[in-house]
Amino acid sequence: MKSSHATANDAKHAVPTTYYQFLEISVRELLIEKGVLSAEDIRNAVKEMDSRGPELGAQVVARAWVDPQFKQSLLQDAPSAVKTLGLEIGPLQLLVVENTPEVHNLIVCTLCSCYPRSLLGLPPDWYKSREYRSRAVREPRSVLLEFGTDISDEVEVRVHDSTADLRYLVLPQRPAGTGHLTEDELAALVKRDSMIGVTEVCFSAI
Amino acid sequence: MTPLFQTGNAVRVRKGSPPGHIRTPFYVRGCKGVIERVAGEYRNPEELAFGRFDTPVVPLYRVRFQQQEVWPDYQGNPQDSLDVEIFEFWLEPANPEKT
Repeated sequence: MKSSHATANDAKHAVPTTYYQFLEISVRELLIEKGVLSAEDIRNAVKEMDSRGPELGAQVVARAWVDPQFKQSLLQDAPSAVKTLGLEIGPLQLLVVENTPEVHNLIVCTLCSCYPRSLLGLPPDWYKSREYRSRAVREPRSVLLEFGTDISDEVEVRVHDSTADLRYLVLPQRPAGTGHLTEDELAALVKRDSMIGVTEVCFSAI
Repeated sequence: MTPLFQTGNAVRVRKGSPPGHIRTPFYVRGCKGVIERVAGEYRNPEELAFGRFDTPVVPLYRVRFQQQEVWPDYQGNPQDSLDVEIFEFWLEPANPEKT
């Protein structure tokens, strides 16, 4: 490495470091220098975050599909319900919103990129883009169409702007023809985007 | 702090533009909606942003807006809605009869 500020990214792509990257590096190095955090604390936090992905959310959805009582408690008090599955989500103020034949839910954070990271991992880049953040509240149906999701005019599209302390997970509708699948097989059908609400869960019998 | 509003109450978002770290989106300021639920009590992000951690908690609500109220030229089902988390001090009672 050329200097203590060089990162693996610099070496690989030679992309100029942005203002905010400099700010992050400076704050991180100061926190370490002043003994507030150690480099290992940061590595562990990153490792912990990287270990989380949408399969955790999918597990929650699949259980809700097979267990009506769990579904009911999930919609009423998601943090407690999720804990009964042995999932640790910390102090996350989770709210699960259910897609039904009458309502389709869509999640956005117009102010930044709030996202239920402990159940879905890191948000996709498009979720953080200015375009998604501004258009999801302004023209949700057009945005959904671009994701290949055509919501009937009869259905209410309900957008949730995650502006404060709550984080949202969409409980998608269970696709037809999946009555014979096991909970694990159902979980495998549930993809990240369906839990943000930009897609629906699909199933085609082979 | 007892919440001033309950589920179903009609409210209007204040139309201010104060400086600082504001978590009330610009696009709903001045708009009328209905309290969807009382979402608990949290510390005020407008204070937290400046490192003031000892201020009291304030009630937070989920407010439901009709898309056509927020965007008068909105295309789509007139039932389409938008739920936004808004702190109490940004809300005032609205007369449900008037728009």
